[in-house]
Parts: sequence; structure tokens; C-alpha cells
Amino acid sequence: MSTAGVWIAIGATAVGCYLVKLLGLLVPAGALERPLVRRLAALLPVALLAALTAQQTFGGEGGALVADARAGGLAAAAVALVLRAPFLVVVAAAVLVTAGLRALG
Amino acid sequence: MPERNQTTQSALPAGVRPAGEGTPPTASPAADRGGDDRAVIRDALGVGVAVGLSGLAFGVTSAGAGLSLAQTCALSLLVFTGSSQFALVGALAAGGGPLTAAAGAFFLGTRNAFYGLRLSSLLRLPRAVRPAAAHLVIDETSLVALAQRDRRAARIGFTVTGITLYLLWNLTTLLGALGAAALGDTAAWGLDAAGPAVFLALLAPMLRTVAERATAGLAVLLGLGLLPVLPAGVPVLVAALAAPLVLLVRGLRAKGPDGGEGR
Repeated sequence: MSTAGVWIAIGATAVGCYLVKLLGLLVPAGALERPLVRRLAALLPVALLAALTAQQTFGGEGGALVADARAGGLAAAAVALVLRAPFLVVVAAAVLVTAGLRALG
Repeated sequence: MPERNQTTQSALPAGVRPAGEGTPPTASPAADRGGDDRAVIRDALGVGVAVGLSGLAFGVTSAGAGLSLAQTCALSLLVFTGSSQFALVGALAAGGGPLTAAAGAFFLGTRNAFYGLRLSSLLRLPRAVRPAAAHLVIDETSLVALAQRDRRAARIGFTVTGITLYLLWNLTTLLGALGAAALGDTAAWGLDAAGPAVFLALLAPMLRTVAERATAGLAVLLGLGLLPVLPAGVPVLVAALAAPLVLLVRGLRAKGPDGGEGR
């Protein structure tokens, strides 16, 4: 990706994310409080985070699906989450196991 | 409310839990105000420090994804909502177009509008302050503010968490990006696993109800299934449709013979 393209992405994200933050503080209460809208707002991050986790774990070159060292790292992170480890320990587990598997492979 | 605090609770990031757990203010309302203020400030600093450190992971991931130091720092300074930042650099690294990548990050950030809505009635900020305060409306500041008993405590909690987190998040982003540059090939160090691990840690506490688990499962299937056939960055946007689809199915089921409100 070109440098300009990255800056466009950064600018668009910054403006978009700021405007939704401001929107919440400015609109009259009740406008976003409809039950359907609230449920959708609660489920949308679930869908996005699940898809992103899967894609960044199993996505390879050109959209191919691969199971490599990252899958082992994510399995370690999942175990850490089940053991209620703190956030940074979860991330560290994924990184260390991925690095370890690559060193062995 | 059939689903109490759904938006707030399900967006609770894992990073907040260690600091937030068991730390709601317990002093009696009659206790002296100085002591109350100190308790709120202590809670706010704890959350701010714990989550601010995860900026290290972002700095490393962003640099590993090929973004420059200036680009990485600009994201933390200007976007300042962690999951959107991770999503954006991940999508760019995968070869997504700028606007497609920004769209995924934007959709992740929409939940902040709902925090803002609840904060605006809680904090009653003067209009002149709102544009600046809006930048600090994120998971952690909202959760700290909403956990307080009165407006004064909520305002203190929001402000202290927001400023602590903003300073630390940006400082640790810078350190992470510099560290990644010193490491060279970040993939050899397993650092490409940091991004998905962050997403998993954010996702885990959201998977409580059947609807949430069904949404996650469907999103994984759509996200992976479409990865080989659609341009980079687009599959995740299609996978977001899992949320309205699950709500639709649930709504149809709820409209049974008795027309009862289903879960």
C-alpha cells in the first residue's frame, strides 16, 4: 500500500471514529435507545471481532487459508483467557508460542 | 430493560477486568468527599495504567504491519479507540484498500456513540467541553464513569481515566513502534500473533448469550469462507452482517403464536 493510501485510511478512520463519539454526546437522549438499535450495537462488535480474529489467525498470502504457527499462538491465548489471565499475559502467550513454534519449525 | 446494560457489559475489554474487578467504591455516601474522590481517582488510575500498557502491543503490531512511526503514532493520537486501530492496521497489512480498511475500523468504533449517549445524561457536560470530551469516550472511560454513584464521582472518574489512558496509550504506542523497529522482522518474534490475540481477548467476555455465540460463529464462517473470493478487507464487512442476521432469526422466532418477546 502506498504511503498516501495509508494516510487516507488513517484520516478516514480518525474522522469517522471521532464523529461517532461526538454523536453520542450531542444527540438527544432516546434517539439511539430503541431496543433493536441497542441490540445491534451490542452484537456488531462480536461479529467484527470474531471475523477479525479468525482472519488474522488463518489468513495467508492472497486470501489463502493457512494453519501456521499463529494458530498455535492463538490456542495459547485461548487457554490463557480460560485461566482468566490478565490482558497482557494473554497477548504475551500468543506471541511467545508463535515465536517458539516458528523457531522449532 | 430486558437486557441490562448489554451495550456496556458486552463491550467490556479484557484489559479492564483485572483493574476493575472488585474495585467499585464501597465508602458510605456520608463519607468525607476527599476520601471518595481519592477512591475514584485510584480506580481510574488503575484502569488507565493497565490498559495504557496495551499500547505497547499496538505499537509493535502497527510497525510490524508496515506502518511508519508517524503513521502509528497518528493513529493513537487521532483515532484513540484500540480495537479500531488494531482492525485498521490488520486490514492494511492484508492488502485492503484504504476506505475498505477504514470502514471495518469505523464499524468497530460505532459502539462509542452508545457510550456517549449514556455519558451525556450522566455527566451533563457543558456544550463547550463536549468536542474535547468526545475524544475520550471509549470503553474504559465509559465503564469507570458509569460505575460511579453520583455525577461528581462520574466526572472525576471519566476525566482521570481518560487523561491517564490517553497519555499512556500514546507513550506506549511510541515505545512499541520503536521497539518493533529495533527487532527487525516482527513475524520471526511471533508479533503478528499479537493483533488476533488482542481481538480474542476483547471478544471472550462478550460471548455470554446464545445470540452472541451464534453471531461469533457465523461471523467466523463468513469471514474465513469469503477470504479467498472477495478483495481484502471486504470479507470482514460482510461478516458483520452476522449481527443483523442473528437478530432477524431471533426476532422471527420470538414472533411465535403467543407473540411473546423472545430473548
